[in-house]
Amino acid sequence: MSKINIDAKNTIDISLSNNKKTPLLKRSMSINVGAVMVSIMLVFAIFPNLIATHNPTDIDFGAMLQAPSSEHYFGTDNYGRDIFSRVVYSTRIDLTIGVIATIVPLIVGTILGLLAGYYGRWIDTILMRTLDVFMAFPFMVLVIAIVAVLGPGINNVYIAIWLVGWKYYARLVRSKVLVIKNSEYIQAAKVLGYSDARIILRHILPNAISSAIVFAASDVVMCMLAAASLSFLGLGVQPPTPEWGSIIADGRAYISTAWWITAFPGLFLVIAGTGFSLFGDGLSDLIRTKGR
Amino acid sequence: MSTLNYIMKRILQIIPVMIIVTILIFFMIRLIPGDPVTVLLGEKATPEMVKLLTIKMGLDKPIYIQYLFFMKGLVTFDLGNSLHYKIPVFDLINKRFVVTITLTFFTVIFSALISFVTGYMAGLKKDKIEDQIIRMGALVALSMPQFWVGLILLIAFAVKINIFPVGGWGTTWPEHLRAIILPAFTQSLMTAALLARNLRNGVVDTLKMDFVDFARSKGLDERSVKRDHIIRNALISYITLLSMRMAYMLGGSIIIEKVFALPGIGALMIDSIYSRDYAVIQAVVIIFAVIVITINILTDIAYSFLDPRVKLD
Amino acid sequence: MKKILEINGLVTSFILKDETIQAVQDVSFYVNQGETFGLVGESGCGKSATCRSVLRLIRDPGKILNGEIIYKGIDLLKLTDEEMVNYRGSEIAMIFQEPMTALNPVLTIRKQIYEALKRQKLSKNDMEIKAINLLKKVGISSPEQRLDNYPHQFSGGMRQRAMIAISLASEPALLVADEPTTALDVTIQDQIIKLINNLKIEMGMSIILVTHDLGVVAQMCDRVAVMYAGKIMESADTLTLFSTPRHPYTIGLMNSIPHTDKEHGKLIPIEGNPPNLSNPPIGCPFEPRCRYSEEICKTKEAELIEIGEGHKSRCHFIDKLIDVKGIIEK
Repeated sequence: MSKINIDAKNTIDISLSNNKKTPLLKRSMSINVGAVMVSIMLVFAIFPNLIATHNPTDIDFGAMLQAPSSEHYFGTDNYGRDIFSRVVYSTRIDLTIGVIATIVPLIVGTILGLLAGYYGRWIDTILMRTLDVFMAFPFMVLVIAIVAVLGPGINNVYIAIWLVGWKYYARLVRSKVLVIKNSEYIQAAKVLGYSDARIILRHILPNAISSAIVFAASDVVMCMLAAASLSFLGLGVQPPTPEWGSIIADGRAYISTAWWITAFPGLFLVIAGTGFSLFGDGLSDLIRTKGR
Repeated sequence: MSTLNYIMKRILQIIPVMIIVTILIFFMIRLIPGDPVTVLLGEKATPEMVKLLTIKMGLDKPIYIQYLFFMKGLVTFDLGNSLHYKIPVFDLINKRFVVTITLTFFTVIFSALISFVTGYMAGLKKDKIEDQIIRMGALVALSMPQFWVGLILLIAFAVKINIFPVGGWGTTWPEHLRAIILPAFTQSLMTAALLARNLRNGVVDTLKMDFVDFARSKGLDERSVKRDHIIRNALISYITLLSMRMAYMLGGSIIIEKVFALPGIGALMIDSIYSRDYAVIQAVVIIFAVIVITINILTDIAYSFLDPRVKLD
Repeated sequence: MKKILEINGLVTSFILKDETIQAVQDVSFYVNQGETFGLVGESGCGKSATCRSVLRLIRDPGKILNGEIIYKGIDLLKLTDEEMVNYRGSEIAMIFQEPMTALNPVLTIRKQIYEALKRQKLSKNDMEIKAINLLKKVGISSPEQRLDNYPHQFSGGMRQRAMIAISLASEPALLVADEPTTALDVTIQDQIIKLINNLKIEMGMSIILVTHDLGVVAQMCDRVAVMYAGKIMESADTLTLFSTPRHPYTIGLMNSIPHTDKEHGKLIPIEGNPPNLSNPPIGCPFEPRCRYSEEICKTKEAELIEIGEGHKSRCHFIDKLIDVKGIIEK
């Protein structure tokens, strides 16, 4: 069967792992630069109160729509709220969304992929047919549809991404398991009479999970972007909680007069995203070289 | 197996998938709190309207009969009426389809143009400065939220320099084309980044192949070697990926259409969520699913044409 | 006899970021018109790099750093890339070790033969006739139908035949054959060797044959050079080499091939591994594996010196080897 089940998310993974050498951002460089960028974001996320110059939700009608200045680094919005402080305070919620939205599908998808790949037969058939159905929807369409049914709000965004995101991991891990399962040492372990649980946990999982983890690094970016998109559409984080996507949505009405409301939160998204991507890139290089 | 047989087989294969997809959507609508008729008709529905739709949907009948009613509606293109627009959902979608198709078409064109030039160059200049810049650019492009890029481009090219409209679709085709450039470009960046990386790696891998050197050893000029061997082989996975990305563009179009105020089916879906117009949401989701499944089959077929080693069976 | 190719002091290296692999170190040899010249050695000894250097098909990060490759009186290394294209195919052609990877998997055999015929500017009809004749010549049955097949539809032996057909399409004067039989079954190997031998006679070609198989050398070559660690260790005409080998490495190679015609049919493999070419030893590169080595071998490498009519060896202790008999009698 000429099924080519690559999709966007897997392709990111494939292209990432194909980048064998990166002189400008050498193996370790790429991971280091990524780690530095992610660390800066983490500092923002953990200590927003130390970095922010204002209270992110303080309304000041005397300082509406002010351009960036030494008082308001990133300017103010239509309520006079300080954009810099709002952007800094957003970091925590955006990173949390990115990580939590990634971890649950990573675990669930990995378990399903392990079981289906290892036991095959009807478990595998059910998983593959379910995947066929899930693959029939573009990622964002299904996420938005689920949020539409459940109603807007951050918790429902989590549920929607969890319900859709596991498919990538299940497929990735399953295909790895199929290869590993037929390797000589697994066959030997079976002959020696090791239990299935031991073979799966001690021998297959460590080998199969590396690519899933590498994929997760880039998936954090995708989830962060998806959640920000939903907030931008008004379906995710609800006001007045500061969140990058929703701040950009706030700025939308003022793009002709106050570009700074839109520009800065997006810039933070790009920095956080690039940080995670670089980190994932380096990680996949590292695992590839180690695997040789 | 002949191509025709193969296509027939794949079409038969999608029938069960489609059935499950429709069942899923059928139950999703019923998961919404409240009874489906009120959900579909909204709260202001008169008792007569409720009664009429209850009978039409067969809600007084067992659940599988209800599903059959639902399916009957689908295959006869009777997708119900929009609560908000008060017209048949089919007509509503029909009108907006051209916007989404145009957007997707230009996105594909831009993605292909940008990624081909950059990806090919990066592949030939592996590890040189061009390659590094292009790869860094691709990495950043993949981290950029589309709605934000769209707004920044609007600020730059519609507000500061007034060469493109701030949004909308216009009424004539010249207006449509002017209106589609920024959104299509915005949407193409992420796909272009993925494709550029794919082509770059394809070129790098192909350059290592013996058949490239064998082609040179025949006395083939360098231009033909590049065109008929390096590009030809690297394009296989590139085109496959591009084709699959078209399905994702539909998902992206939801957001892009909102940013640029384009009246496509993606924007229709969001508007319908705001107005709780479930008949429309349901129809749009099903249409997206049909398109994606069709694209997946076409991709498989295209792939088998591009790579003769792939057997159709 | 006229020399068709003469290589002098060829140096080819692969320059990596933190190391330089010296694949070919000061190699010189010549090939006479109409003869088959064998290049023998273990894998990784620089045979393939030498071959590819002749066609200037060294891949990045490899570079030809020094030397001359004089083909019919012209130094190929002095030509521009565009001029070099004129020599490939019509003057010097090459067949590769692995026909599966040397043929483009997504192009038909027809297309791949046509590419080789491109410069002859034939009409479509003539091209087809020529392509069919080529496939016939290399023994592919029903070539008319086979023309539109893809490489994966061919068996291994047929693929190698097809590759030979393609490389012979422009009737080259010199054929570089890089381990043409290594990837094939033993029974097919013999057929391919006979085919190349017949075509050589029919077309009056010269051949550089790269192999690690001394049996193939015996069947095909007029003269041989034995390579080790990027250098030529011994060279002679085939009969001389097989009857009076004068380098420990050559002797080692001969002892490690199975032969049934001698009483002591015992296999003696050469112990150890070839040296790391990114950091070659100062002394003789074969010293650590050599049965005859002495102190001097560790610090000083011998010159390749003439020890008989057209017979050269790179060893300090040729005298020690004087009684060694080869695997054939002269």
